[in-house]
Amino acid sequence: MKLMESLSLALQNIRSSKMRSFLTMLGIIIGIAAVMVIVGLGNGMEGYITDMFQSMGTNSLTVRINSFNASRSVSVDQMYQIVEKHPEYFDLISPTVSMGGTVKVGSDTLDSTTVTGVGETYFAIKDYAVQTGRGLRYMDVANRNHICVVGSYVADEYYGGSAVGQTIRIGGAAYTIVGVLEASSDSSEEGSADDAVYLPYSTAARLSGSGNINSFTVTMLSEDQATAAKTALENELYAILGREDAYRVTSMSEILDTMTQTIGVVITVLAVIACISLVVGGIGIMNIMLVSVSERTREIGIRKALGAKERYILSQFIIEAAVTSATGGVLGIGIGYGLSAAATVLVTSLMDEAMTVTPSVPSVIVAFGVSAIIGIVFGYLPARKAAKLNPIDALRYE
Amino acid sequence: MTPLIEFCSLSKIYQMGETVVKAADNISLKIYEGEFVALVGKSGSGKSTCMNIIGCLDVPTMGRYLLGGRDVGQMNKNELAEIRNEKLGFIFQQYNLLPKLNVLSNVEVPLMYAGIPKKKRREIAMEVLDKVGMSDKLRNLPSQLSGGQQQRASIARALSNRPSVILADEPTGALDSKTGREVLALLRKLHAEGNTVVLITHDNSIAATAERMIRLEDGQVIFDGAVSDPASGLKGEGAGA
Repeated sequence: MKLMESLSLALQNIRSSKMRSFLTMLGIIIGIAAVMVIVGLGNGMEGYITDMFQSMGTNSLTVRINSFNASRSVSVDQMYQIVEKHPEYFDLISPTVSMGGTVKVGSDTLDSTTVTGVGETYFAIKDYAVQTGRGLRYMDVANRNHICVVGSYVADEYYGGSAVGQTIRIGGAAYTIVGVLEASSDSSEEGSADDAVYLPYSTAARLSGSGNINSFTVTMLSEDQATAAKTALENELYAILGREDAYRVTSMSEILDTMTQTIGVVITVLAVIACISLVVGGIGIMNIMLVSVSERTREIGIRKALGAKERYILSQFIIEAAVTSATGGVLGIGIGYGLSAAATVLVTSLMDEAMTVTPSVPSVIVAFGVSAIIGIVFGYLPARKAAKLNPIDALRYE
Repeated sequence: MTPLIEFCSLSKIYQMGETVVKAADNISLKIYEGEFVALVGKSGSGKSTCMNIIGCLDVPTMGRYLLGGRDVGQMNKNELAEIRNEKLGFIFQQYNLLPKLNVLSNVEVPLMYAGIPKKKRREIAMEVLDKVGMSDKLRNLPSQLSGGQQQRASIARALSNRPSVILADEPTGALDSKTGREVLALLRKLHAEGNTVVLITHDNSIAATAERMIRLEDGQVIFDGAVSDPASGLKGEGAGA
C-alpha cells in the first residue's frame, strides 16, 4: 500500500469526525503556539538588548579607578601609555569626567542636561558626528580651553539651531560653543543622548575641583577580543595600583554576552515548560487513537481478512496519528504567529519600546517536526494494538 | 490432481480453563478445483473453526492444512495475510463492507493490498461490479444500499483478486428469502463459470444449493458426499431449492 493512500485514508478519518479531531489536536496546537511565542519573545528581547548595547558601543571597555582608597593613582598619561603598549587590542582612549553644576543658557536653567568632560577622541569612540562647527581638539585639552560641544537637542531647543559661537554657562563659568553634534536618534528629547554638553576633560576636571580623572573609555580593535583585552588592561592596572579593588574594567560585549546567555536560559526553561503541554497533547492523541482502534476493531478484522499485513495496519494508524498531530502543529504555528504579532503590539504599547516578537524559522520547522514526531511516538502504541488484533476476534467484534 | 484444499488428520484444540475443547477432531478431507461444497453443521459443530482454517485466519493445532499444495500451518502472519489476499475471497453474513468507503473503493481494497496500481484497480473493480449487477451503485456508501445490494458488493470484492476459493459464511443469513435466493443463484453462476465455492451454513435448504455436502458434528465429519445422496439428510430438499 502506498504512502499517499495511507495519507488520504488518514485525512478522510480525521475529517469524518471533525470535532473529535480538533479536540485531540488542541493540546498540540496550544503547545506549539506557546513554544513559538516564548521563543519569539526570547528573540525579541535578545534583539532589543543587543540593539541597545550596540548603540552604546559593544567594542568599548569602561575603566573606573576608585580614587577614595588609593594610595596610588593612575594618571591620564599612564592610561594613554597602556593603550599604546597594546596596539593589538586597543584603538582609542578617552578620559570621561562626569560633572554636576548648573547649566544655564541666558536665564534658562537646563536641569536634565548632562555635562561630561571628554578627550578629543571621544566622539570617534562613540561614533558621534559633528553637524556644524568642529569637535574637540588636542589643543583644547592641553590648554584647558573654555569651549564646548553641545548635543542637537540643546542647540535646537535653546539656540534655534545656530548655537556655534554662542555662550553657555556651566557652574558659573562661560563656555563658547564650537560645535553641534548630529542627532543620535530619531527622538531628540529632554534627557536623551542629545541633551548633553561636552567639555575638554582637563577643563572639566579643574571645574569639578578634583584633580583626579577616574573614568576612561577604551575602544578595542575587535569585540571578539573583549576578554583578552580586558585581562591585559586589568594586568596593567594591577601593576600600577597593586590591589584588585582599586579599579574596575567593564566590557560591554561581556555584559551583552552574559545577558544574552541569561535570556537564553530563561527562554529554554520556559520552552521546556511549554513542551510539557506538547507531551500532554501527545497523550491525548494516544488516548483518542486507542478509542479509535477499539471502535474500528471490525474494520481492522475485515482489512486483515482481505489481506492487510500487520505493518499496513500499523502504518495506517501511525500515519493517522502523525497527520492529526502535524495538522495540530500547523494550526499551532499559525496561531503562534498570530499571538507573536499581538505580543509585539502589546509589548510595544506597554513598555513604550519597539520590540518585535519574532518566532525564528528554525523554531517553526522544529515545532512542526516535533508535532509530527509526537504523533508517531504516541500513535505507535495504539497502532501496534490494532496491528496485533486477531482477525477472527476482530471480525466477530460488535 | 492435487486437491485445492486438503485437511490431513487436522485437529484444532482450544484450552478453555480446565476443559479442553476439540473444535476440529482429526478431520481429513479434500476439495478439488471447481467444486461447490457446502460445509454444514449446527452451532458448535466445528464448521466455523473449519472455515477459519480454510480461510487462513487460523492455523490447526495438529495435522496439516494444504492450500494449493502449500502447508498453511507453517506460515507466519505475513504469509497468511498474503495468501488470504491472493487465494481467498470472503463473503460474510454481515457483508462487512467498510462503512466509510463507497462500493467501488470497497471492491478495490484487496487489490490495493495486492499492490495493484490505482488505474488497474479501478478497471478490475468496475468489471467485477458489472458481473454482480452493481455498476449503477459505484459511488454509493454501503449504508445507502439494501442488504442484497451490499451482499452483491461484497461478492464483487471477494471476486476482485481472482481467488482460488470463494468462502461464503452464511451469505444469506441476514437476507430475506427472495434476496437470499438471488445471492445463492449468483454463487451458482460463479461456480458454473469455474470458481471453487465453499459455502458454510447451518441451513439444510441452503446447503442443497451446492453439489457436495460435508456435514460436521462435534468436530468430526459425519457425512461427505453428493447433495443428491439420500444419506445427506437433506430429505428431498434437492439441488435447485
